[in-house]
Amino acid sequence: MAIRDRLSGNEAVATAMRQINPDVMGAFPITPSTEIPQYFSSYVANGLVDTEFVAVESEHSAMSTCIAAEAAGARAITATSSCGMALMWELLYVASSSRLPVTMALVNRALTGPININNDHSDSMGARDAGWIQIYSETNQEAYDNFIQAMPIGENKEVRLPVMVCQDGFITSHAIENMELIEDEKVRAFVGEYEPENYLLKKENPMAVGPYGISAYYMEFKKQQAEAMKNAKKVILDVAAEFEELTGRKYGFFEEFMMEDAETAVVIIGSSAGTGKAAVDMLRQQGKKAGLIKIRVFRPFPMEELAEALSHVKAVAVMDKAESFSAAGGPLFAEARSALYDLEDRPKTINYVYGLGGRDITVEDFEHIFEEIFRIAESGNTGEVYRHIGQREADETRKDVEYKRYQLENNNWRWQSNGL
Amino acid sequence: MVYNFKEEMEKPERLAGGHRLCAGCGASIAVRGVLRALEPEDRAVVTNATSCLEVSTYLYPYTAYEDSYIHSAFENAAATCGGVETAYRVLKKKGKIKENFKFITFGGDGGTYDIGLQSLSGAMERGHDMVYVCYDNEAYMNTGIQRSSATPRFADATTTPVGSRSYGKIQNKKNLTEIIAAHNVPYAAQTTFMGNFKDLHEKSRKAIYTEGPCFLNILSPCPRGWRYEMENLAEICQLAVDTCVWPLYEIEEGVWKLNYEPKKKVPLEEFLKKQGRFKHMFAKGNEWMIEDAQKYVDDQWERLLKKCK
Repeated sequence: MAIRDRLSGNEAVATAMRQINPDVMGAFPITPSTEIPQYFSSYVANGLVDTEFVAVESEHSAMSTCIAAEAAGARAITATSSCGMALMWELLYVASSSRLPVTMALVNRALTGPININNDHSDSMGARDAGWIQIYSETNQEAYDNFIQAMPIGENKEVRLPVMVCQDGFITSHAIENMELIEDEKVRAFVGEYEPENYLLKKENPMAVGPYGISAYYMEFKKQQAEAMKNAKKVILDVAAEFEELTGRKYGFFEEFMMEDAETAVVIIGSSAGTGKAAVDMLRQQGKKAGLIKIRVFRPFPMEELAEALSHVKAVAVMDKAESFSAAGGPLFAEARSALYDLEDRPKTINYVYGLGGRDITVEDFEHIFEEIFRIAESGNTGEVYRHIGQREADETRKDVEYKRYQLENNNWRWQSNGL
Repeated sequence: MVYNFKEEMEKPERLAGGHRLCAGCGASIAVRGVLRALEPEDRAVVTNATSCLEVSTYLYPYTAYEDSYIHSAFENAAATCGGVETAYRVLKKKGKIKENFKFITFGGDGGTYDIGLQSLSGAMERGHDMVYVCYDNEAYMNTGIQRSSATPRFADATTTPVGSRSYGKIQNKKNLTEIIAAHNVPYAAQTTFMGNFKDLHEKSRKAIYTEGPCFLNILSPCPRGWRYEMENLAEICQLAVDTCVWPLYEIEEGVWKLNYEPKKKVPLEEFLKKQGRFKHMFAKGNEWMIEDAQKYVDDQWERLLKKCK
């Protein structure tokens, strides 16, 4: 019998960690992921896990600890956000190129410039090429479920890559939802024991990790990493199928919402998909064939599958909760539009950058987006491809409306300013 | 246990020959000397910061280490070693490992005095059962002899070059051993390659077999950066100690102890003139540099003597 509970996203992930009972956690606090190591420390303090919790002096050392522990033959986890991940940046590459399946709970938060503690995806998107598997969650339930699937994926011998499980800072990390937990023993059986073939502490086989990889070998290392990422696609689906058997909850590379006969669609990542689905529901009631695709797995990127799912759609809006300053669109847009290129009859595609630094996106915003793509579907004229939505404009005529919104956000700030 | 040079030298090497370090380099001597202090039956995991040592001893697909080895980045060797040691504790607790392992980290002065200082301080404070060894060659030798905070005043380094308006490095050397001692670690010491290696050996042994975070700072000359003839290595180390530029001392459970007091302090000039990096100090009109440097060494020595009383 599944266990019904009400948990915040952070507590949900910490619960998954407790149930898994990993060997080592290295962590340094950063909002909004701070609660994960806090909850976990209390499990350690109360003897609920066997884990060695290492309260390091920085995120850089947190990732260093995890890499070393994993190389030594232990299962290692961490949690971080934003600048914390940015400080780990160099070592994200070390973990993936050393093929060490560290698992990270990333609670997405904007990157500094200016400092901001609220949600967007600029941290994980900035690290998108670091060779980590990236799985995103819309809800607390998904954050929990994804974390439980992470180790069987990353530790698979065909993969051996680190995995980050992402959820949206504050929006899910601090919001409490009803959810279904799996029994401890079932989680443990599902995740299994970590049994690496070779590790530093293996008595019969001393091992060296982290060589100087000269040009004569470096490219082979990278090619093998690329192959591992390709292999991860099948493993992700296999693990999802097993997970469905265990829980009845179905996961794939992405979720298709009202896509079967959709004429237009929005492609999005994370918690804002819920708002998008509400807009789609409303449009469907008006008889408009709107649909939505929520990307769950961004690395490896499900290129062919996404193209197939969008092949019958006339116009698509790809939503990015991160800037990439390419002057040509966000990171998801670049990937999604590239995926569509191979279609004979491809949909018109535009990009919206939204929600930066915790800026709200509303059902009305989605209505506006769908209006735009229905118009594009009809006219065949895309217009400006790279767009932003939800920001105040230097436009006198819209000043009153936008000002109200500005006040509301300032009020929100009061409860959000609970430390960095 | 009485130190027997011959017996120690007969132990199997744990750093294999064929590594790519320069002839006359102190780093490989430091590594060999420290690892020789391990009991042959004990296993070790060696951690290394990115450095000359790293790129010379583990160039894929060859490793010069007989023990397990991990290198991750430049500034995180201490945290990396702490991670391995943590994994060891938990795997041992779970019964997955039976053997005894020792954890030894090697970092150059760049990876220790400078970019790795935070990671080192964190690991020392957390109390991992490990030895951090700094092989101090007084500059960033791997990237081409740039100054570090371990570079002594007046040294000609590529980012403190001697020029018409520059006499080399302006600042004095950072005192890292004292900084680590301030962490109240159970054991911290300074040593170098002297005579029959007794001092290096005994300090390494103490550091490895003392529980908790221990620190060794080993002056490890670099022929390229210091510009000396490689066969002069031992003589330069002896002069560093006899001039009191590099005093041999240890701090054991908070007690400071001087391990070697020269019968007669040798003038600093004798140490400086063996090295090309100080050549400009001997030019006419630069006599004040040698005087200043001598005064600094004397002051530091007096301070140390007070601590060791």
